[in-house]
Amino acid sequence: MYKEYLTVSNIVGPLVIVEKIEDVKYGELVEIENPKGFLRRGTVLDVSTERAIVQVFEGTVGLDVDKSRVRFLGRSQQLAVSEEIVGRIFDGSGKPKDHGPQIIAKKMLDINGSPINPVARDYPSEFIQTGISSIDGMNPLVRGQKLPLFSGSGLPHARIAAQIARQAAVLGKEGKFAVVFGATGITFEEASFFIEDFRNTGALERAVLFLNLANEPPIERIATPRLALTCAEYLAFELDMHVLVILVDMTFYAEALREISAARKEIPGRRGYPGYLYTDLASMYERAGKIKNKKGSITLIPILTMPEDDKTHPIADLTGYITEGQIMLSREIHRKGIYPPIDVLPSLSRLKDKGIGEGKTREDHADVINQLFACYARGKEARELALILGEAALSDLDKQYLHFADLFEDEFVRQGEFESRSIIDTLDLGWKLLHTMPSAELKRIRPEYLEKYYTEKK
Amino acid sequence: MKQGKIIRVAGPLVVASDCLGAKMYDMVKIGELGLIGEIIELSEDKAFIQVYEDTTGIGPGEPVFLTGKPLSVELGPGLMSSIYDGIQRPLDVIRSREGDFVTRGIELPPLDREKKWGFIPLVKEGQKVAAGDFLGEVEETPLIKHKIMVPPGSEGKVVDIKKGKFRVDEIVARIQTEKEANDIKMFQTWPIRRNREVYERLMPDEPLTTGQRVLDTLFPLAKGGTGCVPGPFGSGKTVVQHQLAKWSDAQIIVFVACGERGNETADLLLSFPELEDPHTGRPLMERTVIIANTSNMPVAAREASIYTGMTIAEYFRDMGYSVALTADSTSRWAEALREISGRMEEMPGEEGYPAYLASRIAAFYERAGKVICLGSDRRPGALTVMGAVSPPGGDLSDPVVQATLKVVKVFWALDDKLANMRHFPAINWLLSYSLYVENIKDYMNSHVAEDFTDLRQEAMLLLEEESELQEIARLVGVESLSTKERLILESARSIREDFLHQNAFHPQDTYASLRKQYLMLRTILHFHHLGVNALEEGRNLEDILALEVREKISKVKFLPEEDPGILEVYMEVNEAFKKLLQMKGMSGENV
Repeated sequence: MYKEYLTVSNIVGPLVIVEKIEDVKYGELVEIENPKGFLRRGTVLDVSTERAIVQVFEGTVGLDVDKSRVRFLGRSQQLAVSEEIVGRIFDGSGKPKDHGPQIIAKKMLDINGSPINPVARDYPSEFIQTGISSIDGMNPLVRGQKLPLFSGSGLPHARIAAQIARQAAVLGKEGKFAVVFGATGITFEEASFFIEDFRNTGALERAVLFLNLANEPPIERIATPRLALTCAEYLAFELDMHVLVILVDMTFYAEALREISAARKEIPGRRGYPGYLYTDLASMYERAGKIKNKKGSITLIPILTMPEDDKTHPIADLTGYITEGQIMLSREIHRKGIYPPIDVLPSLSRLKDKGIGEGKTREDHADVINQLFACYARGKEARELALILGEAALSDLDKQYLHFADLFEDEFVRQGEFESRSIIDTLDLGWKLLHTMPSAELKRIRPEYLEKYYTEKK
Repeated sequence: MKQGKIIRVAGPLVVASDCLGAKMYDMVKIGELGLIGEIIELSEDKAFIQVYEDTTGIGPGEPVFLTGKPLSVELGPGLMSSIYDGIQRPLDVIRSREGDFVTRGIELPPLDREKKWGFIPLVKEGQKVAAGDFLGEVEETPLIKHKIMVPPGSEGKVVDIKKGKFRVDEIVARIQTEKEANDIKMFQTWPIRRNREVYERLMPDEPLTTGQRVLDTLFPLAKGGTGCVPGPFGSGKTVVQHQLAKWSDAQIIVFVACGERGNETADLLLSFPELEDPHTGRPLMERTVIIANTSNMPVAAREASIYTGMTIAEYFRDMGYSVALTADSTSRWAEALREISGRMEEMPGEEGYPAYLASRIAAFYERAGKVICLGSDRRPGALTVMGAVSPPGGDLSDPVVQATLKVVKVFWALDDKLANMRHFPAINWLLSYSLYVENIKDYMNSHVAEDFTDLRQEAMLLLEEESELQEIARLVGVESLSTKERLILESARSIREDFLHQNAFHPQDTYASLRKQYLMLRTILHFHHLGVNALEEGRNLEDILALEVREKISKVKFLPEEDPGILEVYMEVNEAFKKLLQMKGMSGENV
């Protein structure tokens, strides 16, 4: 039986301070019961001989100073896992939310995990076909990569994430595949969009969902992504599955972290976010990867909405420093009615080089990326010029580039929400667009590929 | 061992009482698990300890074991080719013992205690030795002869010296000092926060060549110098650091991956053993030590990691080697400092960083230098330090960038505009600087070519003029420029595209020797001079720009080092202009 304390002295925001404690450990899980028997959980953030500061996951509404009972459970927060976990829906603190039974634990895992030994890591090199041309063709994703979607309010990042979850596959390889979905602070509507989509496409059978909704306690959000990643680690490194983890919306996560930091009266860093935001985000993002001699992998797609579309905002900035590239959504392209509104120019996939080329996608892939990139960039410059000087002032070549940029957005970037293009189709489409340009302009493509894939227009 | 008692745990900070007698920066072991920590503040009998491992499950009442020794590294044979975490625990051994994840409370000797090394004595019995003198050597890898040196404080007369195969902790020599007889093992320990002593410091006067044209020619680093490379994410910082580790002519590389991406570190760990050292043809790993403390590994160990790397680098410098240390990224180190400072509730300076940030950064870079090492042979050694900085949003007013710029002599400014234009290395030639140009002028002029520094100066001038002319052209149109000014624009473009732009992934272009760099730049500027001359002779700019030799100039970078074409294209420029000038009246204006 655990010792119960009635010695709560202060309640500040999400924090409860318990006095006269004995034998309490840092990071320990805590249960707090109010006089009506309502149970809440938390974790020890700071402990000294006299008092412990406890962060309460479910919020402190309804707790009082003199009657709340506090129990320290002697272990850190854990997640019960077994094969049965696949196909289930949980709330943000890991309790079943789908009216199903509790998971009978084969293992109890600490949700904070342990860092992967850098020596044990395998370098990601298997191309993942998402079926979306602007990702596969221009900024390909590989297994074990962490590639965030940088979005803004009102942009269709949820639909893109669902499409990736639906379509992602590795060419020529059959393997057990699973999607782990961690939602922090999103609305019921967004969450049910994902659930419905997963259910309709049959993806739910191979998915695990952890949902913390907007009206649920923000403090719980600290745990939700960690639950998702702990589950993913179990599936990937013990059950040999290839796991795609989608985390929405990391902005809400960081705000929750800021809330706790403010309640603890810590010295704030940029924009009030705590100085350890980088370390904290890294402790989650870095759980993605591949391990030598293990079959499974964790690929991570965190989604964040940049306040005011500002990519230098601390959340986006620090994420960019940890992840291996980013997929940027563009309001401008979205306004043109193009789905998915991916702006390929500021997007980047740092790990693409080892995932593409002969035997993986196609020999000409790297050159096609460079050429499409160069032509589109020049086309966009021409478009800006045309805005100032008028289209008539452009040279013939610039007009061709301008036309190319329009075509690129309209045919290459634009595609249906349920349209999955194979990488070969994507590359052929790229070539089709490149055919609108004279071959002398295609300097980024090696002559042998030009000869093979380019036929001069008469 | 003396014991204290934990009275508070807050993340990586632990406070213990009953610690009278403990010294600042002493190493302690915490709790039943024996987590490693370091004392960073003392107040009466209380010690504030930063812990190098996750403290979950540790609580008040648990013991703290005071070792009485500062946090130290082991220095001896077995360092080379090793991969350590921030406090010098061997990650490969940890993996084979503990599995794929790094668990807590692991205690392992940094140097392999089982392996036997062939020790060849370099002194005789009865000989007098001073601190730093070589007692013997060990062939650690085919590239590195590891010298066993007399540790400071052990100078005296050699009374016994062995020969043969020994483990690192076996006694190989005995020295009679004034007071006592000292047994010398093949390894010594050294506190990471204390500089290793040197006989004398010198001014850096030789370049550290990297094979990267924009660096070697325009913004050179000197052996024993310091530099930094700040830039926003995606601007190619890591590629620059890797190129430096691969191609620089330092004999030993210490690579500190401090709070960076796990997958990038994996790339480093997987590719280095396969990469060839361009100077010797042996695997690069044979002259490299890697300290890897990725962003998700404990934050306090990240703080220690750069000192661990620095002490190892100093040790090899003391043997007389030219060592280069690269730290990627010092911003993550500074953040670790900030995090610990915040937990200690210290009064913050700028952006929440502690007030002592600048002095810590300065002290770190000051450990670089060209020196005369300890030892009677007065051998020289050099330690070059290169730090990457990752300012938030690429903003150079960041306190870490500013504090770094105050001490380092070379600044390579990465520019994401250049990166977006796919100009790599994306080093901005207008913002970057090197204060070593003067120091190494004599070396360059006598070892490469006597007009090397002049050519560099002229190239810089052209680039400067280009930016001014572009400004004018943007306002009033390129037509309003004179033909000479337009030629300057073209020549500057040629410097940018044919010289500065360098493809790290092209087999030939990835490295250029100083000679090749010089010849390339000389050809480009020669074309410019003859072009100016031809304009004065009344030739059309269009005809000059239409010369076919320009295409050849642009292809020189892809020629192998020994290709005669590198030299020949200079003559072809001569020929081309001779022909142009002979075509009198063809298109000249004032003929």
